[in-house]
Amino acid sequence: MFAYYVRLALKSIRRNAVLSSLMVSAIGIGIGACMTVITVYYMMSSNPIPHKSERLFAVQLESWEAPGPYDLDNPELLPELITYRDAMNLLQSDVADRSTAMYESVFTLEPENPDINPMLAIGRFTTADFFSMFEVPFLYGGPWALDGNGNPPEDAAVINFETNETVFGGENSVGRTISLDNREFTVVGVIDQWQPTPKYYTAHNDDFGQTDDVFLPIVINESWEKQNFGNTNCWGDTPMNSFGDFLNSECVWVEFWAELSSPDKRAEYESWLQGYVAEQKQLGRFPIENARVQVSDVMEWLEINRVVSEDVRVLLGLAFMFLAVCLLNTVALLLAKFSGKAPRVGLRRALGASKASIFRQNLVEVGVIGLAGGAFGLLLAWLGLRGVNAVNMGRYDRLVDMDWQLVSFALLMSIAAAIVAGLYPTWRVCQVPPATYLKTQ
Amino acid sequence: MEFRPIVSALLRNKTGAVLVVLQIAITMAVIVNAVFIINQRLEKMNRDSGMDIDNMIAFQSWGFRDDYNHETHTRENIDFVNSIPGVIAVTPSASLPLSNGGSANDFRVTPERFDADGNQLPNVNANTYYLTEQGLDALGVELAAGRNFYAEEVNYLERRGGIFPPVVMMTRDLAKKAFGTEDAVGKTFYDFFGNPAEVIGLIEHMQGAWVNWDELTNIVIMPGVQPGPFLRYIVRTEPGMRDEVIATLEEQLPKLNRSRMIRRIEPYTDIVARAYSADHSMTVLLITTVILLISITSLGIVGLASFAVRQRTKQIGTRRAIGATRLHIMRYFMVENWIVTTTGIALGIVLSIGFNVWLVDTYSLARLDWEYIPFGVVALWILGQLAVLMPAVRASNIAPAIATRTV
Repeated sequence: MFAYYVRLALKSIRRNAVLSSLMVSAIGIGIGACMTVITVYYMMSSNPIPHKSERLFAVQLESWEAPGPYDLDNPELLPELITYRDAMNLLQSDVADRSTAMYESVFTLEPENPDINPMLAIGRFTTADFFSMFEVPFLYGGPWALDGNGNPPEDAAVINFETNETVFGGENSVGRTISLDNREFTVVGVIDQWQPTPKYYTAHNDDFGQTDDVFLPIVINESWEKQNFGNTNCWGDTPMNSFGDFLNSECVWVEFWAELSSPDKRAEYESWLQGYVAEQKQLGRFPIENARVQVSDVMEWLEINRVVSEDVRVLLGLAFMFLAVCLLNTVALLLAKFSGKAPRVGLRRALGASKASIFRQNLVEVGVIGLAGGAFGLLLAWLGLRGVNAVNMGRYDRLVDMDWQLVSFALLMSIAAAIVAGLYPTWRVCQVPPATYLKTQ
Repeated sequence: MEFRPIVSALLRNKTGAVLVVLQIAITMAVIVNAVFIINQRLEKMNRDSGMDIDNMIAFQSWGFRDDYNHETHTRENIDFVNSIPGVIAVTPSASLPLSNGGSANDFRVTPERFDADGNQLPNVNANTYYLTEQGLDALGVELAAGRNFYAEEVNYLERRGGIFPPVVMMTRDLAKKAFGTEDAVGKTFYDFFGNPAEVIGLIEHMQGAWVNWDELTNIVIMPGVQPGPFLRYIVRTEPGMRDEVIATLEEQLPKLNRSRMIRRIEPYTDIVARAYSADHSMTVLLITTVILLISITSLGIVGLASFAVRQRTKQIGTRRAIGATRLHIMRYFMVENWIVTTTGIALGIVLSIGFNVWLVDTYSLARLDWEYIPFGVVALWILGQLAVLMPAVRASNIAPAIATRTV
């Protein structure tokens, strides 16, 4: 019966080709516009590490000057970064299962091979736990090992997939050397292709950009004295005559993450942090009264950092209104189309078709139109996403790929939309009293 | 006019009309708000920068070898760029205006931070640049009063930020905010720590680093060259010479010296385009939405009206047979559309304001200017009338004979 209905539907669509193609394009354009924005929104707000996002926490401390707050326009916000000395102190704690501190710097990388030109490398100073906490996949080697005193080697570097491709032609480069700003480093690990979207572990500058090229142990920079490249916000009038002064200052510029295996652990860590702040207050730091501490898991952190831009949220609202217009359009067109069918329906009813079977038959027709509209809409969304990426100068490269979930969602949405739009017209056509139309034949 | 019969005909077959009314209402809400946002973004992107953006170039220099000497190599870069025909001026700068990256500091007009009662004294936040004596020329900004830096006032700084220099320049906008008067030349300005500097020059107008900052024109310019090994450079050329100079820079500058790397030699217009890329893409997407929505809505009206015409062929023929002119028939459909559209517009006005209130409450969007509402009303009237024109003409072409034939 279903196959027969589909055949009838195709016949009926062909009979009213203009009206039918109008409906298919109305649904298609609506779905296309909606899916374009939904895809960008979905990728922007997606969970970059679903199985672990509830166990990884960004740590914030209100170490700002009295009377505060840090951000005058948003007094509820704490500084998103912490001071270097707090970072080093928190690393000592064993309340958290693991924790890591990090900041970014930029180097000139000179390959061993003189035929390859020197290049700029974005580097990240961090600790060995970074790799296990954020589940960084390794292609060769692994994180640097710590010696008996917990110190990392002075010359260890982890490089990413792209850097290994450029510098070593993709070979296993563990044990080979690279020169960063004229200092020799030995490669201990090569990261496999890894692109968390959004780049949640550092949601400050480029949320959807490349990961770093080189990773180095954070403590080696205490003597190497490379300037950090990210945001730095300072207060206080302690003299800053050396890099050591900077490390000891109240400037906030280090990102800090902790891994806490359970909600109890989280509570325990929060109260430990409160204790830490109280202890530091004794030393004359944390001048804000009731200085706050805050730990936020990955999704909370992305929300605090407003990773999904306001423009995209506004566009999402518009896209749904757009879809509503397209659906109203479809309802109106279906009404028109089905009222033209009344004589045929009357004939079928007179020959014994029940209202229910007429209803089913016409709903199949609506579903077929929905499916066609969905397919057309997907094509438009694909084009739309290319367009969105083009007008954003390639910044959204990683955001414009639809996965199979989005594709099936789009098809389901368009069929559902078509059926919702088709219910009333279909019901109306079932109400046709057979006699009226038989008479006029 | 035949309003009454049209209205009663509409009321007899409400569903189709109600659908069009809703469609028009939502279309109006979207278009009015979208056009409002588009205009705001266009205004933002078209603000006067005060600089000669079209004739400017920027590049980066990174020293990395042991033999890199920041001062020597910076002077070498400057001298080389100045020797290229067509170059007006060049200055190193740690950050670039209109690049969405840079630094800002708090300044005051008093040396003390707190008054006798311990209350914080007023301060102003300003975007800061260390430039050489060629800085103003390299940016193409106009000196409104006072004087430029002397070459001997420009020092190579030892630390990023460095010591507050004895002389500074600022924008007129900042002078007005800080001193309450534009006549700030000769006045003393203090940094966060209370170090004094004399204001020696005022810049007529200039935009700073962050295009979304509401104090974009708060700028302090200090004499100096930031420490290395990384520096950006701003170059300004004679009109029409920009691309030629870029080609020369690309060809010759890297070869000059191998202890530093030259990167990203690009026209300044590219930097500004990147800074505004979010606004640009929002504008493009909204314009696309508006165009698509207008086409969908008009197609819907065309489809429904054509259907109505076909359905009423007999009645139209009858009317023509008993004396209605073509114009009467056309007018019937146009007026019918006008009634439906106007009802939709009435609802649309409410929806537009409601949608805008939601946008204002939820996001940091501005309140809709009332002028956009009459604009939307007129636009949708025109849209409706244009969309119904073709079906109405087709209706008017129905021959009176049709009526007799099908009875």
